[in-house]
Amino acid sequence: MAEALLAIRDLHAWYGESHILHGMTFDVNPGEVVTLLGRNGAGKTTTMRAIMGMMAKRKGSVRYEGHELIRLKSNRIARYGLAYCPEERGIFASLNVRENLMLPPKVKDGGLPLEQIYRLFPNLMERGASQGTKLSGGEQQMLAIARILRTGAKLLLLDEPTEGLAPVIVQQIGSTIRMLREQGFTVLLVEQNFRFAATVADRHYVVEHGQVIDMIPNAAIEANREKLKAYLGV
Amino acid sequence: MFDLIGVPPQALFGQLLLGLINGAFYALLSLGLAVIFGLMNVINFTHGAQYMMGAFCSYMLLTYFGIPYWGALVLVPIIVGATGIIIERLFISRLYHLDHLYGLLLTFGLALIIEGMFRKQFGSSGLPYTNPIPGGTNLGFMFLPYYRAWVVVSSLVVCLGTWFMIEKTQLGSYLRAATERPDLVQAFGINVPRMITLTYGFGVGLAALAGVLAAPIYSVNPIMGANLIIVVFAVVVIGGMGSILGSIITGFGLGVIEGLTKVFYPEASNTVIFIIMAIVLMLRPQGLFGTPK
Ligand SMILES: Nc1ncnc2c1ncn2[C@@H]1O[C@H](COP(=O)(O)OP(=O)(O)OP(=O)(O)O)[C@@H](O)[C@H]1O
Ligand SMILES: [Mg+2]
Repeated sequence: MAEALLAIRDLHAWYGESHILHGMTFDVNPGEVVTLLGRNGAGKTTTMRAIMGMMAKRKGSVRYEGHELIRLKSNRIARYGLAYCPEERGIFASLNVRENLMLPPKVKDGGLPLEQIYRLFPNLMERGASQGTKLSGGEQQMLAIARILRTGAKLLLLDEPTEGLAPVIVQQIGSTIRMLREQGFTVLLVEQNFRFAATVADRHYVVEHGQVIDMIPNAAIEANREKLKAYLGV
Repeated sequence: MFDLIGVPPQALFGQLLLGLINGAFYALLSLGLAVIFGLMNVINFTHGAQYMMGAFCSYMLLTYFGIPYWGALVLVPIIVGATGIIIERLFISRLYHLDHLYGLLLTFGLALIIEGMFRKQFGSSGLPYTNPIPGGTNLGFMFLPYYRAWVVVSSLVVCLGTWFMIEKTQLGSYLRAATERPDLVQAFGINVPRMITLTYGFGVGLAALAGVLAAPIYSVNPIMGANLIIVVFAVVVIGGMGSILGSIITGFGLGVIEGLTKVFYPEASNTVIFIIMAIVLMLRPQGLFGTPK
């Protein structure tokens, strides 16, 4: 079988002396939406940061389209077409909404055109001149997703995009993710809410103590409901 | 009207002009410090020495290579800025993960070394630099030397151009964003370490440009920067560390206030900036244009 679009093998990462990832191994195939599920502190965010080259100390293998990324700096990694939407959203206070949207440089051809982004998120157009951090939480999340769609990146790393948001906004994010999948994007999604995850994803990896402990195809999620609840402690 | 306040207009406008000239240098120098501090969190104590290097570099270009003032205006910021880039790569870049204090100590030490080298080479008596635009015009209420007008106008243009670049362009949005979250900006594909290096070079280039502008007015002297930089740091504290527009407005504003003090209460003219600094620190410790941390 050909190698996956994103192939993670035995990935380790450290914050200073504390060893957080203990050999993460998983695959993401082209066009899939794959989640990382797991409890608080399991290492989901750290995994994303390690993939993006944002962890100073990391080891193992991160291959994207056959290129080894583990030793590259994060600006080089982004140029291969990976884009990261952080858990804390990372909207810049010293930039207005439009500047935030236009900040990430184009890394590949084939990003969504600006008109389409504004059609998806009309608020971002209306509030273009407002300070980025003056937007509501939901709007900031939309902005954080929107700005990485322009760049031509094909693999999107979305870290808990629904965290702390109202149900209608969560639904909107869900339909955005399904739309992105139809458009040919590949998504690695971190979630705590597996009910939401089940509405958007193809497969789920369960993370615990910095390792993947299980993989559940979305079709089997009902059959595995009790097991998942036990993993996630809900 | 002037008789009412008992000050002849020539004296008033003359001091106002001197104040504007000083303000032009305060603004250029504190702007460079603000740009560097904003992105790098480094208080660049070498700034005064780099201003002095700018003046010496234009002196040397003229004396050894026959390159006139107008050539120096372009070449000196590039040459001295390049030395800044080397300093950043060799030394300062190793301190980013440490407290501000280390950057401050390092750049202070570098300033002492650089000034010492120039003093050894050129002595401390000062060297003349010919005024490239001699003469002036009588405005009726005062005499305006052309060169001084040029200094004020060119400093203003460079300051506003820098402000525009940082606040209104895509490159500036990279800089502002990297000031907040360098890791995230880098993960978007921008080479942040290189941007930091170039920013330091740019800030140093601004200091050197101020040095070129200063050479025909003040004598070119190894300690010219050490004297000025103390006042400039007071300006930076008053304006608020890292604020771009703040450093421009406070730079010019304090120059003018200093000039007016010379007219109305000359005894305080050397200390007025420090008195203002003390008051600002009491009422608004983050500075007039700074945001509280
Ligand atoms: N900056 C940091 N310095 C030191 N330790 C950290 C840091 N950030 C996270 N950790 C630790 O790393 C571990 C994994 O954190 P991580 O953020 O990857 O978890 P997560 O799975 O994303 O959790 P959550 O669901 O709460 O976002 C946790 O034990 C956390 O305390
Ligand atoms: Mg997390």
